[in-house]
Amino acid sequence: MADWIVSFFSIADAKMVKQITYLVDSIPYAIWETLYSTLAATLMAHLIGLPLGILLVTGAQDGVRPLPRPLMQVLNVVVNLLRSVPFLILMVMVMPLSRIILGTTIGTPGILVPLTVAAAPFVARLVESSLREMDRGLIEAAQAMGCTNLQIVWKVMLPESLPSLLSSFTTAFITILGYGAMAGAIGGGGLGAMAMMDGWTQRQKAVLYTAVVVLVILVQIFQSVGSHLSARVDRRVSRTARKGAAGGRKRQLEKDKPMGPPGAM
Amino acid sequence: MIELKNVSKVFPTAEGQLHALTDVSLTIGDGEVYGIVGMSGAGKSTLVRCINLLERPTSGQVVIDGADLCAMKQAELIRRRRSISMIFQQFNLLMQRTCLKNICFPMEIAKVKKADAEKRARELLEVVGLPDKADAYPAQLSGGQKQRIAIARALACDPKILLCDEATSALDPKTTRDILRLVKDINQRLGITVVVITHEMAVVEEICTHVAILDHGHVMETGRVEEVFSNPRTEAGRRLVYPDGVRIDQLPAANVIRIAFNGGSSYEPLIASLAIDCGVKVNILGADTRNVNGQAFGTMLLGLPEEPAEAAKAISYIKNQPNVTMEEVRDYHG
Repeated sequence: MADWIVSFFSIADAKMVKQITYLVDSIPYAIWETLYSTLAATLMAHLIGLPLGILLVTGAQDGVRPLPRPLMQVLNVVVNLLRSVPFLILMVMVMPLSRIILGTTIGTPGILVPLTVAAAPFVARLVESSLREMDRGLIEAAQAMGCTNLQIVWKVMLPESLPSLLSSFTTAFITILGYGAMAGAIGGGGLGAMAMMDGWTQRQKAVLYTAVVVLVILVQIFQSVGSHLSARVDRRVSRTARKGAAGGRKRQLEKDKPMGPPGAM
Repeated sequence: MIELKNVSKVFPTAEGQLHALTDVSLTIGDGEVYGIVGMSGAGKSTLVRCINLLERPTSGQVVIDGADLCAMKQAELIRRRRSISMIFQQFNLLMQRTCLKNICFPMEIAKVKKADAEKRARELLEVVGLPDKADAYPAQLSGGQKQRIAIARALACDPKILLCDEATSALDPKTTRDILRLVKDINQRLGITVVVITHEMAVVEEICTHVAILDHGHVMETGRVEEVFSNPRTEAGRRLVYPDGVRIDQLPAANVIRIAFNGGSSYEPLIASLAIDCGVKVNILGADTRNVNGQAFGTMLLGLPEEPAEAAKAISYIKNQPNVTMEEVRDYHG
């Protein structure tokens, strides 16, 4: 199928031709694998992390429904603990769980469980900080209007924090994309595995660099889309003031996100 | 009717207990515009939050129309709160909702049908004078407009009571007057009881019928605005009513008296007639006129002559005037 490329690179040596052939054949699938595993893991991480983040805010001593202090302390320790374990170690640790849930520990399905387990506490912290950004006066107003706690969460906290939650989602997505690529080292699939196993280990530089460049492009695309969406749903600044103010605000928001140390989520 | 009975609120802090409110008892009648005024830190915001139990009093009772809120279960309290609206200094509008949706919010909470809610919201937009802002977001509005939307939202569920927590403190003087006029209008047209928390005397003068002066968590004085303002009986009251009180010790007079004109008579003839009828010359140290609900209330600080006989003559003359009260000012340092 790659005949035209071979003739185009008439001066290319045999090794290069082999690499290019390989790339053209397998990169679409690698991209697909990366995207689907990242998206699936991000969604599952939010399934756990979003309620957990809400609980961290509402259950705090100054929250709308303060929970017993020891319970919150345990919750915080668990979240911190999971975030402090380096991802590669966590992956190996979670493998048995992965076997129970999905029946496999390798390939793309195999990394979904470790990615979710690792990302959920990270997402919880992102959600927590997004929700805390909100003006407390709004909660007070809602209470004065006779909202139940569930209504406060569902109708006030979440919709009012939507722009910030969207940019948290983007941050989580990109971080998980990065860890998914890392998982390529121990048997995951996708672009990470391509760069590691086929590029690095087999000394195929063209494969290695192409996979990395594609990853960079993907991150750029998702960051732009995420930032754009977040700005679009943000009604907290007026349309006229947005041009000047949005850039500054957005930078501020991103600076405020808790970023994990390298190797941990 | 709102009755606060011996309400106290204590906050535990790192430095020990903070007594925000101590033994506060107030009765606010239906349809009144009741001002609660005090310096910052006097406990005003805590007090107003005790009325809808956003703050639960440490002791005491909050009785509204005969029912003790403190004794209610959470679900009952939540239902009860829907008849007690509140507006805030920072407006507290939902920024991700349009104005119309903001006004619909309390009705949404109370499970009013969507179409009915929107119809009512549009009526309320008319009431507050912003019919064209239905689809605007709060960020696109000025402060005064935001407060109007907040007022419309507060009226959505036909409340019996409207609590205003420093509702005009973030607004400029003209906007403040407009908002106060709107609140007063609502009070008169709908008969809603209004409780106004403020540190600005001008606000009380503009709209309140009754006032309570709060100082360090204690209620110092209560009464009709014209009574309290024309003749504050306590030090805290005087500090608020005459914020830049004249520093008497710098003024060249032996006896200083404050006279108050309770009810619109001009005070220039008094001084003139004092000089003509008694031949006593007094020194005007300061004077102030306040407009309380359309009636002029004047106060004046007079320095009496040093000679005791002259001073006594002046005092007895003033005492015999109708509609004038007088008190001696000793060691008054503003």
